Amino acid sequence: MRKVFGCAFFLLHLATWMTTARSDLVISKVDRRIDLTSHIVRVLSTLKVENAGRVVVSEILLAIPNMQAKNLANLKAFYNEGKGKGSSINLPVTEVHPEGMPRELSFYSISLHEGLEKGKSLTVNVLTIFTHSLQPFPEEISQSDVQLVVYQDSAYYLSPYEVKSQSLNVLLPGGRVESYTKHPSGKLVDSEIKYGPYEKLPPFSYSPIVLHFENNNPFVVAQELVREIEVSHWGSIQITEHYNLVHKGATNKGGFSRLDYQSRSYMGGRSSLRQLIARLPPRAHSIYYRDDIGNISTSHLWGDSRKTQLEIEPRFPIFGGWRTSFTIGYGLPLQDFLFVSEGNRFLNITFGCPMDEVVIDDLIVKVVLPEGSKEVSVSVPFHTKQWHETKYSHLDIIGRPVVALEKNNVVPEHNTYFQVHYKFNNLSLLWEPLMLISGFLLLFVACIAYMHADMSISKSSASYIAKLQWDEVQATVQQVQNVIKRCLSAHEKLETSLQDLSRTGDVQSCKATRKIADGLLKELSKELKPLMGFLQSSPQAAQIWPKVEELVAKEKEMQEKLMQKHVAVVDCFEKKYSGREIENRVAPYQQKLSALKQEVDDLLDYIDEI
Amino acid sequence: MGAKTGSSPPVVLPPASSGTALFPSLNTLKLKTKQQELLIRVSILALVYVLAFAIRLFSVLRYESMIHEFDPYFNYRTTLFLTEKGFYEFWNWFDSESWYPLGRIIGGTLYPGLMVTAALIYWTLRFLRFAVHIREVCVLTAPFFASNTTIVAYFFGKEIWDSGAGLVAAALIAICPGYISRSVAGSYDNEGVAIFALLLTFYLFVKAVNTGSLAWALASAFGYFYMVSAWGGYVFIINLVPLYVLVLLVTGRYSMRLYVAYNCMYVLGMLLAMQIRFVGFQHVQSGEHMAAMGVFFLLQVFYFLDWVKFTLNDPKLFYSFLRIALTCAISVGSLALGVGMATGYISPWTGRFYSLLDPTYAKDHIPIIASVSEHQPTAWSSFMFDFHILLFLFPAGLYFCFKRLSDATIFIVMYGLTSMYFAGVMVRLILVAAPAVCLISSIAVSATLKNLTMLIRAKNNATPMGSSKGASLKASAKASSFDQPLPYQRNVAIALLLGAFYLLSRYAIHCTWVTSEAYSSPSIVLAARGAHGGRVIFDDYREAYFWLRKNTPADAKIMSWWDYGYQITAMGNRTVIVDNNTWNNTHIATVGRAMSSYEDEAYDIMKSLDVDYVLVVFGGVTGYSSDDINKFLWMVRIGGGVFPVIKEPEYLVNGEYRVDKGAAPKMLNCLMYKLSYYRFGEVTTEYGKPPGYDRARGVEIGNKDVKLEYLEEAFTTSNWIIRIYKVKPPKNRW
Repeated sequence: MRKVFGCAFFLLHLATWMTTARSDLVISKVDRRIDLTSHIVRVLSTLKVENAGRVVVSEILLAIPNMQAKNLANLKAFYNEGKGKGSSINLPVTEVHPEGMPRELSFYSISLHEGLEKGKSLTVNVLTIFTHSLQPFPEEISQSDVQLVVYQDSAYYLSPYEVKSQSLNVLLPGGRVESYTKHPSGKLVDSEIKYGPYEKLPPFSYSPIVLHFENNNPFVVAQELVREIEVSHWGSIQITEHYNLVHKGATNKGGFSRLDYQSRSYMGGRSSLRQLIARLPPRAHSIYYRDDIGNISTSHLWGDSRKTQLEIEPRFPIFGGWRTSFTIGYGLPLQDFLFVSEGNRFLNITFGCPMDEVVIDDLIVKVVLPEGSKEVSVSVPFHTKQWHETKYSHLDIIGRPVVALEKNNVVPEHNTYFQVHYKFNNLSLLWEPLMLISGFLLLFVACIAYMHADMSISKSSASYIAKLQWDEVQATVQQVQNVIKRCLSAHEKLETSLQDLSRTGDVQSCKATRKIADGLLKELSKELKPLMGFLQSSPQAAQIWPKVEELVAKEKEMQEKLMQKHVAVVDCFEKKYSGREIENRVAPYQQKLSALKQEVDDLLDYIDEI
Repeated sequence: MGAKTGSSPPVVLPPASSGTALFPSLNTLKLKTKQQELLIRVSILALVYVLAFAIRLFSVLRYESMIHEFDPYFNYRTTLFLTEKGFYEFWNWFDSESWYPLGRIIGGTLYPGLMVTAALIYWTLRFLRFAVHIREVCVLTAPFFASNTTIVAYFFGKEIWDSGAGLVAAALIAICPGYISRSVAGSYDNEGVAIFALLLTFYLFVKAVNTGSLAWALASAFGYFYMVSAWGGYVFIINLVPLYVLVLLVTGRYSMRLYVAYNCMYVLGMLLAMQIRFVGFQHVQSGEHMAAMGVFFLLQVFYFLDWVKFTLNDPKLFYSFLRIALTCAISVGSLALGVGMATGYISPWTGRFYSLLDPTYAKDHIPIIASVSEHQPTAWSSFMFDFHILLFLFPAGLYFCFKRLSDATIFIVMYGLTSMYFAGVMVRLILVAAPAVCLISSIAVSATLKNLTMLIRAKNNATPMGSSKGASLKASAKASSFDQPLPYQRNVAIALLLGAFYLLSRYAIHCTWVTSEAYSSPSIVLAARGAHGGRVIFDDYREAYFWLRKNTPADAKIMSWWDYGYQITAMGNRTVIVDNNTWNNTHIATVGRAMSSYEDEAYDIMKSLDVDYVLVVFGGVTGYSSDDINKFLWMVRIGGGVFPVIKEPEYLVNGEYRVDKGAAPKMLNCLMYKLSYYRFGEVTTEYGKPPGYDRARGVEIGNKDVKLEYLEEAFTTSNWIIRIYKVKPPKNRW
C-alpha cells in the first residue's frame, strides 16, 4: 500500500512539469460518480469538452494511471443525441501512446465522429469499469467479522487537459465507514462521500484519496470460465459453462463453524457466497448443475416468458479465499438464436456469463458449429483473442469446427450479443443418420453372410462331408414332413366335407370333394417317392429312416381308413339311414383313425426333435 | 380347443400343429418348427439380456449416474488414470496419495481386469465415435457384464441339463438379488466382471470335460486368466476344479476327456495367471494353490498307471507295481511339500483363506477382517432376502441332478454345495453362490415344468377323442388308462403349473422390490423422507470431499478411518494416511491409536504422520448410524492389537459401550469423541430433547463442553455428517 502512495505522490510531482501538453482542449466541467456498492468499481464521468484552440479537434485523450489501467475491464465513451433522453451514441475508444507523456499513465483516445470545431463544446460520458480495485483490509477476517475494503483514487479528475470545474461523488454500499480522506474538502453524507467542487486545476492534477469502508458483498471472481456453445441443426443449442470460482474478499481465518453459520446468522459469514443467480434466456431447457464429482442437488429453477432464472447454491458456502468449481448446462431452442441471411447463417448469442456481479478473469467462449460448416467468421463488439479448433463429438468423422474467443477481465457489461457467421448445407444433417443406418446394415449383412458362408478349412474331411450329408438328410426329412402335413390337411378337408354333409345332406358335393382329395393325395404320394428313395439310400439317414418309413406307412393306412369311412358315410346318407345307424357303422373306422392320428402325431413330434 | 362342442366331428389337432394354428403369421412365413423354436429362444434370451441390464438402472434413475460405495471409487480413479496415461504408466504407477508416507505400488497390488475392461470398452466406443465419458462407462460396466452373465448362464444350463433349463437359468440369474447387490449401475467393483468370468470359466471347463476338446480347454484357460486378472476370488476356481477332478477320479468317472480338459486348463491357466503381477508366482508358491498342483500330478500318475496296466496285461504284476508306484508318488509329493513349506518357498495359507474355512478364525486373530460388515457370517434372513424361492428350489434341483448324474451335473452340484457353504461363512460370498443356486434351481423349475406340461399335453390329446362321440369315449378312456394311474392328474398338473407360475412371479416381484429398495442406494448420497413426505437428500460426503479438493493445500494429508480413504483420494484428490486397501495393519492401527488417545498424545502421532486435517463421520444430528462413533470400538480393537497401550475395557463401562454421562472417562476424552461432539452440546437436534441429544444413539451426550487445544474446526457439512479439523502448527518455543 505504501508503494501506491509513493507512486501517486510521484505523479503529483510529475504534473508540475508536464504542462501545456494539449492546450487546445479545455474541460469546462467534470462530474464523476464512483459506484462502490459491489466489488466492481464503475466510474461514470461526464465531461464537458470545449475547443479553445484554433483547429478542429477530432480526438479527446483520457488518462488513467497504470495502477488502475491494469484493472480496467471496460471503457466506454458515449454522448447523448439531443437533449434529455435521446439515444446514446457510442464513440470508438482506442489505446494510444502519445509522445512526451509520462509513462506512468495509460492514454485512451476517444475519436469524435465529427471534429469539434473551434469554440464549440461537447458533453461526453465516459464509463470506466475496474475490477480487483477494492483491497480487503484487514486481509484476513474470522467468520463473524465484517469485510472492510480500501479504495484509492484521486480527488481530482486526472486529465491531460485543464479542468475548469469538477466534482466527485463516491457511492458506498452502506454500513460502517472506517475512514476516508477528508482533504481536500471531502464529506460523508449518508452512504455517499462527496468531494469538490474544485475550480481551475491544471492538467495532470492528482490528489490521492483513500476510503476504508464496509463492503459485505461476496467478491465472486471466476478465474476461468469456459463457455461452450454447441449448435445442432436438429433444433437446439447446447450451452455448457465451466466455472472456476474464488472469493477474492478478505480471507477467512480460524476455521468455519457450521453451528455459527446455521443458527446465528448475525455472526455467520455475512460476506460469504451463499447462492448465485443465473438469468438464462427464456425457454431454456434440460438444465443441469454439477461438478467434477457429480450432481449438485441444491438448485432451484423458475421461469416465465421473458427469462429463466436458475438459483444455484454451491456445495458449501464460499468464504474469503475459498474456491469452488462447477458446471452448468442448458439447452436453448435453435430458432431463437440462429438466423439466415443471404444464404449465410448467423448465430446471435450473448458473450458473457449469465450471472450477476461476477468478474471473470479469463473467459473462453467456444462456439461449436455442426460438422460440415464452412467459411466461419465472428463479429464481436470488443477485442478478443481468436483461434480455431476441431471438436470430436458423437459420430464425427472430420470433426466440428470450433471458434474460440478469449477475453480477460470480463464484467457483466460485456454480456452483449456477438455473431458467428457460417455456411452450412442442410444435407449434411443426414450424414450421421445415414452412417448409423449403413453401419447397422453392414452388421446385418455380415451376420447373414456369416450364417451362409462355409467357414470350414478342409472341404474334404470326413466330418465335413458327413455334415453336408446330414444337412441334406435334414432338408429331405423336412420335405417329407411337409408332404405329410399337406396330406393331413387333405384329410381335414375330407372330414369337413362329412360335417357339411351331415348339415346340408348334399351328397354330390361331398363326392366331388372326395375326388379332389383323392387326386391330391395321389399326387402327394408320388411326390413322396423320390424323397423316400433318397432317405433309404443315404447312410446318414440310417438312424431316422425307420421312423420316417413308419410315418409314411401310418399315413397311408390313415388315408385308406379315411377313404373307407368317407365312402361308408356317403353311402349311408344315400341310403338315408338314421344318425344312430351311421354312427354305429362309422365307429370302428373312427376308433382306428384316432389311434392312427395319435401315432402319426407322435411320430411327427419325434422326427421334429431330431 | 374346439373339441368341447358335442356335435363337432373328430377334428383332431396335434398340439404342435395347434401351436402353429395359433400363429398363422409364423406359418405363412414358412418357418420350420426348429426355426420357430430358435426364434422364440433367441427372443427370450434377448429380452432377458435387456431385462438384466434394465433392472440394474434403478440407481441411475433414483440418483444419478455415479460411482457407489467405497472400493469402486478406487477402481474409478485407477481407470481414469489408465485412460489418461495409458497402460504402461498404469502398470508402473506408484501412488503417493495413499498410505502416506509409505505410498502404494498400484500396478503390483491390484487386479487390473476391471480397469482394463472398462478402458477397452471406452476406447472401443471412442473409436466408434461415441463421445462418452469414462464415468458413464464405469457406471454401466457392471450391468453390461451382468447381461453377459445371463448368456453364459443359458449356455451353462444347456450344457448341464437342456436348453429349457438354460433359459430359466438366464432368467433367474438376470434378476437374482444376490447377484444384483454387487452389479447395479455404479457398483463399479471387481465382482461385477468377476462373476461373469467365474461362470464363463466354469462353463468352458464343463464343456471341455464333456467334449474332451483342446479348444474348449484352451478357452477355459483364457476364461480363468480373465478371472485371475479381475478378482481375488479366482482362488475358488483353482480349488473347486481340482476338487471336482478328484471327485470324478474317486467315483470312477476318470476319462481321457477329463485328462485333456484339466491338464490343458491348469497348465495354461497357471502360466497365464503368472502374468498378473499381483498374483505372480503364487500358483507354485502359495499353499492355497497347492491342491491344484497336487491333483495335476495325481492325474499324471493315474494316467501312467493306466498305461502300465494296459501294457503289463497281468493283474498280479500290476498290483505290485501299483503299490510301489503309489508309495513313491505319495512320499515324493509329501516330501516336496514338506521341504517347500519348511524352506518358506511355499507360503502358508493366508488369514482370509483360514477365515473362510473356519468362520471364527477372523474374529479371534484378524480384527481388521472381522470389522468389515460384509465379512460377517450370513443370517438366514439375508439368504431369504437374496435368494427368495431359489432357496427352496435349490434342494429340488439337487435332487434332479442326482437323479440324472453326469460329469456336468456333478460339477454343478459341487459348485452349488461349496459356494453355499462359503455364502454361509461370509455375507459377500452369497454373490459367488448366486449363479450356482440359479442354475440348480433352474434345473428344478425346468424339469418340473416340463413334466407337468407333458402330463397336460398327453391328457389334451386324449380328451378331444373322448368328448367327440359316445362310442369312442369309452375306448379312449380305456386306451389312456394305462398312462393315467392317478385321478384328477390333469387338474393337479394345472394347479401345480399355476402354483409354479405364481411362485416365479412372486420371485420377480420380490427381486424388483429388493433392487429398487435395498440395492440401489449409492451410499455416498443418502436419501430420506422429509416431514412432508418429500425426498430429502443428504449429500454431505461429496460436500466435504469437494471442500477438501478445493480448499486445502494440494499436498495436504488427511487422516480418517480407513473406510473413507478411497473416497477421499478419488473425490477429494488429497493424500490419505490409510485407505480401504488394508495391506498394512500397523499403519491402520496407528490411526486407530490416534483416534482413541487423548488429544495431546494423538497430536504427537499426527505430527509424526504429517497430518494436516482429520476427518470424522458423525451421525448425531441426522441419526445416521454408520458413523465413526459406532465404528469406534473396532478402531480401539485394531489399535490395541498392535499397541498394547490401548486397552478396550478402558472405553467400556461394565462391558457396555456408551457415550452418555455414564460413559468411561477415557471414552469421553479421547480424540474421536472430542472431534465428533465438538460444540455439539450447543445444538438442539430434536424438539423436546435437551441440547446435545445424539439422534444416532438416542442419548444425551456425556461431555458437552469439548475444548480442542491442538486442532481447530475447519469445516462441517450442512448436516454435520462429516466434520473436518485442521491440525494446528506446533506452538512457538519461546
